[in-house]
Amino acid sequence: MAELNAHIPEGELTEKWTKLRSSMPLVNPANKRSIEIIVVGSGLAGASAAATLAEMGYKVKCFCFQDSPRRAHSIAAQGGINAAKNYQNDGDSTYRLFYDTIKGGDYRAREANVHRLAEVSANIIDQCVAQGVPLAREYGGLLDNRSFGGTQVQRTFYAAGQTGQQLLLGAYSALERQVGMGKVEMFTRHEMLEVVVVEGKARGIIARNLLTGELERHSGHAVLLCSGGYGNVFYLSTNAMGSNVTAAWKAHKKGAFFGNPCYTQIHPTCIPVSGDHQSKLTLMSESLRNDGRIWVPKKKDDPRKASEIPEDERDYYLERRYPAFGNLVPRDVASRAAKERCDAGYGVGNSKLAVYLDFKANTERYGRIEANKQNIHNPDKETCMKLGREVIKEKYGNLFDMYAQITGEDPYELPMRIYPAVHYTMGGLWVDYNLMTTVPGLYALGEANFSDHGANRLGASALMQGLADGYFVIPYTIGAYLSKELATKPIPQDHPAFVEAEASAKAIIDQFLSIKGTKSVDHFHKKLGKIMWDKCGMARNEQGLKEAIVEIQQLRKDFWSDLRVPGTADEMNPELEKAGRVADFIELGELMCMDALNRNESCGGHFREEYQTEEGEAMRDDENYAYVAAWEYSGDVTFKLHKEELKFENIKVAQRSYK
Amino acid sequence: MAGFGNAFSSSIGKKLIMGITGLFLISFLVVHCFLNSLIFVNDGGLTFNTGAHFMATNWLIRAMEVVLFAGLLAHIIQGFRLVFQNQSARPVKYAVTNGSANSKWYSRSMGLLGTLLLIFLIVHISKFWVISRFTGIPTVDANGHDDMFVIMVETFKNPFIVALYVFSMFSLAYHLLHGFSSAFQTLGWNHKKYTPLIKALGVWYSIIISLIFASMPIAMYLGLIK
Amino acid sequence: MSTGNMNLTLKIWRQKNNKAKGNLVDYKISEVSPDMSFLEMFDVLNEDLVAKGEEPVVFDHDCREGICGACSMFINGRPHGPKEGITTCQLHMRSFNDGDTIVVEPWRAKAFPVIKDLMVDRTAFDRIIASGGFISVNTGNAQDANSLPIPKVQADSAFEAAACIGCGACVATCKNASAMLFVSAKISQLAQLPQGQPERYRRVQSMVAQMDAEGFGNCTNTGACEAECPKGISLENIARMNRDFYSAKFVSEEDI
Repeated sequence: MAELNAHIPEGELTEKWTKLRSSMPLVNPANKRSIEIIVVGSGLAGASAAATLAEMGYKVKCFCFQDSPRRAHSIAAQGGINAAKNYQNDGDSTYRLFYDTIKGGDYRAREANVHRLAEVSANIIDQCVAQGVPLAREYGGLLDNRSFGGTQVQRTFYAAGQTGQQLLLGAYSALERQVGMGKVEMFTRHEMLEVVVVEGKARGIIARNLLTGELERHSGHAVLLCSGGYGNVFYLSTNAMGSNVTAAWKAHKKGAFFGNPCYTQIHPTCIPVSGDHQSKLTLMSESLRNDGRIWVPKKKDDPRKASEIPEDERDYYLERRYPAFGNLVPRDVASRAAKERCDAGYGVGNSKLAVYLDFKANTERYGRIEANKQNIHNPDKETCMKLGREVIKEKYGNLFDMYAQITGEDPYELPMRIYPAVHYTMGGLWVDYNLMTTVPGLYALGEANFSDHGANRLGASALMQGLADGYFVIPYTIGAYLSKELATKPIPQDHPAFVEAEASAKAIIDQFLSIKGTKSVDHFHKKLGKIMWDKCGMARNEQGLKEAIVEIQQLRKDFWSDLRVPGTADEMNPELEKAGRVADFIELGELMCMDALNRNESCGGHFREEYQTEEGEAMRDDENYAYVAAWEYSGDVTFKLHKEELKFENIKVAQRSYK
Repeated sequence: MAGFGNAFSSSIGKKLIMGITGLFLISFLVVHCFLNSLIFVNDGGLTFNTGAHFMATNWLIRAMEVVLFAGLLAHIIQGFRLVFQNQSARPVKYAVTNGSANSKWYSRSMGLLGTLLLIFLIVHISKFWVISRFTGIPTVDANGHDDMFVIMVETFKNPFIVALYVFSMFSLAYHLLHGFSSAFQTLGWNHKKYTPLIKALGVWYSIIISLIFASMPIAMYLGLIK
Repeated sequence: MSTGNMNLTLKIWRQKNNKAKGNLVDYKISEVSPDMSFLEMFDVLNEDLVAKGEEPVVFDHDCREGICGACSMFINGRPHGPKEGITTCQLHMRSFNDGDTIVVEPWRAKAFPVIKDLMVDRTAFDRIIASGGFISVNTGNAQDANSLPIPKVQADSAFEAAACIGCGACVATCKNASAMLFVSAKISQLAQLPQGQPERYRRVQSMVAQMDAEGFGNCTNTGACEAECPKGISLENIARMNRDFYSAKFVSEEDI
């Protein structure tokens, strides 16, 4: 099995990437034409990688399960994308972005990767603007920025509340341009079901054509997994319904180590669950915390409406606990604080599992500024609120509409009710500095890998990482591998490895259809989600995790004996697709609990109740756990732990404080 | 047309033809309406016949008549082609549609309204234009001009013809109500400041033109104009 | 709040595959909660169908927050249902009344063939984008983002056009199954930005040609697309596309 070597270049932190880039072996244009690259996933990472590699001259095949690459879930990202441009002249720099990201990740990310991310962040903005992505601008015609959690500078670029959409459409149009030129072959409504490994190297995939059910063999010199995160293991999350771990998990089972599976990001500002019928949760962008103040009543089980609770009976608990960052503390901190208040009985709404996000103070403040601009002196409160509402509408209109649509309440009048929900997974396939997994020739990009966010991702950094990996990292680093593959002829698709991989994919499908049990896929998915949320969610403890592992193992047995999948394998069959995804989630869930159990510390999104300070803050154990837990699949849903030590040479590791 | 590629055969090109011919017909209606309104002078048709005489004898007008028919024909043929092409763009129809929720009925019925107007035009042209141009007008008025006015008076004695004319003017009103502003949109003339004006103008134009035209047969039938 | 008290009759288009003949099938559904989304109501129906051993209704959906553009149901004669400015997934059952009958059909257009039940093939949209809906800039070729100031009004207007989610409601509702709102939104976004100028007239010609080749109908300016667009894409974009098309065909010397 492969060695766990991160292949971090030698030299000064700030020089590593530049040096590597200029010393990286190249592939000449004539050779590129005969090298095929498979890209699985068409989100920010996948689309940008596929487009860029095709621009460079490689032959690319890109796969997505959606009906169009434009629908990948990157599209739902709302708030923004970070870049160390320092356009606001507020002291931002590459180093500061690097530092904020390492600290935000609770010192569990790899220094070299994060620094590279900060270095290329500025290029991303340039590239996107050149593609015609309409990022928000000021009247002078220059780009605007907003603040996000965990930072004290304004470095977040945005396009209203649809930044992910606009960036993805930029990458999508670059991808379609290559499709139009015949340099990328696009396979929509295809799902990857197996990685094909030939003589230790990733050489292709087995994909199911979702329209016909046909299993197809696709070969390539390298395979890039850009298949996103696995938040849907919790059933309820802000992920799209189709988001899944299958591609990553199949790769894991073929030898790719899985890094830090327990690092899950719970986003503090989501619309609370309204009932058992709930199929997904909706995020309210972190950018709202720029202008919204979070509070709960000071009195337990206060029955009054929000508007009837006077100012001095409100507990602005984030501002109280973290005066320096206030409402803009990182996500993990804000989520835990909300849970703490609700668990203590101060929650609001019918379920009591919600806190208020209130825009009143800032609406009035904006209104006053606006009144000034319009030369209205001494405006009354009503005028201020009216003018302020216009400002708020301009900034967050689509989010407010979305909230009103889902809850039936008007957020311009009443404070929003919000509660944390699963949003992002920092864990993922372990990759080295070149983004290669432990299987040679198999790469993981974007949320599918584990590399840049440590134990907690800062807001507006996911878009940055996805595009950094796809546009600016992989096009260089893949050369190191492919330059040694020039002699490799096109991979024959009748190789025994393909035959075997296809047979194994077919066997699983046949098994789903032959169980003919009594319970639907969703039944098992919901059960898994509940176990995960209760015992491996925002707070975890040893006993709960041990119970969860037993329960998940039982659930897996039930799944394989009592599942009912209607229809056949040779047609469009969404139930069959879901069955495959949930089968993988169940196995992953067990690994997540094992990883959480192994990590006897609290860090970032991983909060073990046994390890906290007296004030309830996360307590890291740098002595024993400053490592990446990389799990190897050793057959039959058992896993072996490998460790990659994290060395911090440029940052002084300290307890994270946002006070 | 060499060099213009699919300029006219493309979906936008086809619409361009509809828009340009439409606007041309709209401008023709203004002239036509003005001339016919001369009957309201109520001088036994003398003024009207003078106008008609001018129109029939001026070489420029006669030349424009050819252009008018060409434009009309292009509008009709292209209109039918669009209707059929557009129907084939949706081979399986919906079981339930609720068009009134998102658009005006007359906007969705331009083909039908146009067909009604075509039927009207056949009657209208055979009643007046064919006579004036080919079969000849039997009488002359006091000024020695062909007495077109008498033919109008005679024609509008028939209540069925009057009803057809009035009904057709409703069709015309609705056809114009959509067509006027639609032509501007097709030509790309959509502007935050001017479009509301164009829309308002379109509404007034459609109503006034149709009212004036409709009032002619009614007035004659009731004997208000002699 | 888990279950509600609404009882509904659904008439849903069922079609086994592209070749098969489809028809509307009646389903009764009870205990629907007004807090459910329309698609969650379909989830409940599908759970029932699976339990009964029948095949669940196939429909496209993914993000369920109104941005991916996957969901596509024609509900009681309107795309995305009775409320304006939202997608099917954002429609909630509180918009209906107890006892209602709801007819659900797939998008219908020659260019959007039905795949199964309520799921249609919208890859025509991808092909239109591939024909020219981009700015040709390879990765790494960009200059500093702020070296190209863009007036806010212009940037905002481009953004409004760019907000299109490619759901196809415009085609579905248009009596001519025309795709002009979709196509013009992309053309208009790029035509309003300085970066989009070099390819401006090339783009409009290629994209319109591809749109026509896909078999969409011709626009007759009924305005239904704008009214039903979940993202409020304006008809101004179609006018702008028309203008650019004329400039391309009659002024520019490049013919495509």
